[in-house]
Amino acid sequence: MQDLGIRVLFMGNNLQRLLLGLWVTIRISMISVALSIVLGILLGMLMTVKHPVTKALTKIYLEFIRIMPQLVLLFLVFFGLTKSFGINLSGETSAVIVFTLWGTAEMGDLVRGALISIPKHQYESGAAIGLTKWQVYRYIIIPQILTRLIPLAINLTTRMIKTTSLVALIGVVEVLKVAQQIIEANRYTVPDSALWIYGTIFFLYFFTCWPISLIAKQLEKRWKTV
Amino acid sequence: MSEQTVLLEAKDIVKDYGEGHVLDGVSLKIHAGEVIVLIGPSGCGKSTFLRCMNGLEQIQSGQIILDGEVITEGKTDWPKVRQKIGMVFQSYDLFPHMSVIDNITLGPVKVQGREKKEVTAEAEKLLERVGLLEKKDAFPRQLSGGQKQRVAIVRALILKPEILLFDEVTAALDPEMVREVLDVILELASDGYTMLIVTHEMQFARAVADRIVFLDGGKVVESDTPENFFNQPKTDRARRFLNTFIYAKDTEK
Repeated sequence: MQDLGIRVLFMGNNLQRLLLGLWVTIRISMISVALSIVLGILLGMLMTVKHPVTKALTKIYLEFIRIMPQLVLLFLVFFGLTKSFGINLSGETSAVIVFTLWGTAEMGDLVRGALISIPKHQYESGAAIGLTKWQVYRYIIIPQILTRLIPLAINLTTRMIKTTSLVALIGVVEVLKVAQQIIEANRYTVPDSALWIYGTIFFLYFFTCWPISLIAKQLEKRWKTV
Repeated sequence: MSEQTVLLEAKDIVKDYGEGHVLDGVSLKIHAGEVIVLIGPSGCGKSTFLRCMNGLEQIQSGQIILDGEVITEGKTDWPKVRQKIGMVFQSYDLFPHMSVIDNITLGPVKVQGREKKEVTAEAEKLLERVGLLEKKDAFPRQLSGGQKQRVAIVRALILKPEILLFDEVTAALDPEMVREVLDVILELASDGYTMLIVTHEMQFARAVADRIVFLDGGKVVESDTPENFFNQPKTDRARRFLNTFIYAKDTEK
C-alpha cells in the first residue's frame, strides 16, 4: 500500500475534497439541465411558430450557440460582461448561465424536432374538444414528445456534466480542478498519483451519469405509449 | 322547417388558400334537430366548410351565426364555441398516450371543469351505448379503426355539443367496420341530434339525412330532401356526380 499512488486519496481530507468538487460539478449541471429542459421546451415551441421574425431569431440563437465553443462562451460571460458592462458574476453563476444558454439551444432543437413529428391532427382534435392552445400542449403534445425526448435529453445531460470540467478555467473549483490540485501537491512524494486520482475521477463521473441513464430507461418504459 | 329555430347559420362563407376560392359564398342554415349531409366531388370544399364552422380554418369573409349570435365578428373565443360544435375526424385522432376513458374525460374535466367522477360515470354510460365499455382502459393502439372512431364520437358527445360535425368519418375504415360507425350516427340522428355530415357513403346519406346539400366548385349547387335529390336531381352537375357512383358500382360487380 505504501508505494501505491492510491494512498494519496486517503491522505488528509483529499477524498472529501474530491467529493465536494464533484458536488460543484453536479450542482452546476443539474441547475443548468433543469433550466434547459424548461426553457428548451419553450424555445422548441417558439421554433415551430411560422413567423419569419421568430424563425430568424431562433435560428440565429441556435447557430450562434452551436458555433461558439463552450469555453469561449464561458470567457465571454465571465470576463466579457465584467470588462464591458461592469457586471460581476461569480464563476459558478457564469457557468450556469452559459450551460443553460447552450442546453436551451440544444434542447430547443430537439423539442422542435419532436413537435413537428406529432401529426397536425393531434393539435386539431385537441382544439376540437375545446382545449385552449396551451392546454393542447400541456395535455396532448408535451406528454407525447416526452417519450421521444428522453433518450436525447439524457445524452445532452451527460454531455453537459462532462463539459462542466471547463469551468475550472474561469476559476470554479470543481472535481477536476480539485484532482489537479491534489496531484500537484503530491507531485514529488507520490509521482504516480495522477493515474490513481484520474482513475477515481473516471468512476466519479461514471457513477454520476450511470444512474441518470437508469432513471431514463425507467421513465421511458413508464411513459411508453405508442 | 323554417319555423324551427336556426341553430347554426353560415352566411356567404368565402375561403381561399391564395389561389382561387375553395368556398365561394356558401350559405347554409341548420335547424335544431336537423341532419344535413354535405356531398360533392372531392375538392369541392365540403370538408373545408366543416372545418370553417369550428374555426379550424379561417374564413376570408362571411359570417357564422351560432344560436343567433354572430361568432365571427371581433375575436372569437373558439375554445368556447367548440364545446358547442363537436367534431369527429376522418382519422379518429384519439390521443395515443391516454386510455380510452381518459381520452373521453379530458375535455369535460379540463375544459368544462366538471367533476371527474361524474364525467367518468357518464363516459362509461356512453361507451356502453356504442358497445365499448369493456375497452375503457384500453389504449387507442389496441383498438380497431371502427372502435377508435366510436370512441372519438363519444369523446365529442360527452361535451354535450349542440351540433356535431362529421368529417368523412368512415373514409379511413375497412369496409366491414363502416357499418358499426354509421349505425352509431344513425342512432344519434334518431335521438334528435343536430348534425352536419360530410360523407361519400351515398346509401348512408340517403338514410340519415333530412336534407342533402350538394357542393361543387365551392358553391352550394343543390339543396333538397334525399328523396328528391337522389331520384330527381335538378342540376346536371348533381346528376353527373350521382352517375359516377352508379358507374363505379357497375364496374365493381
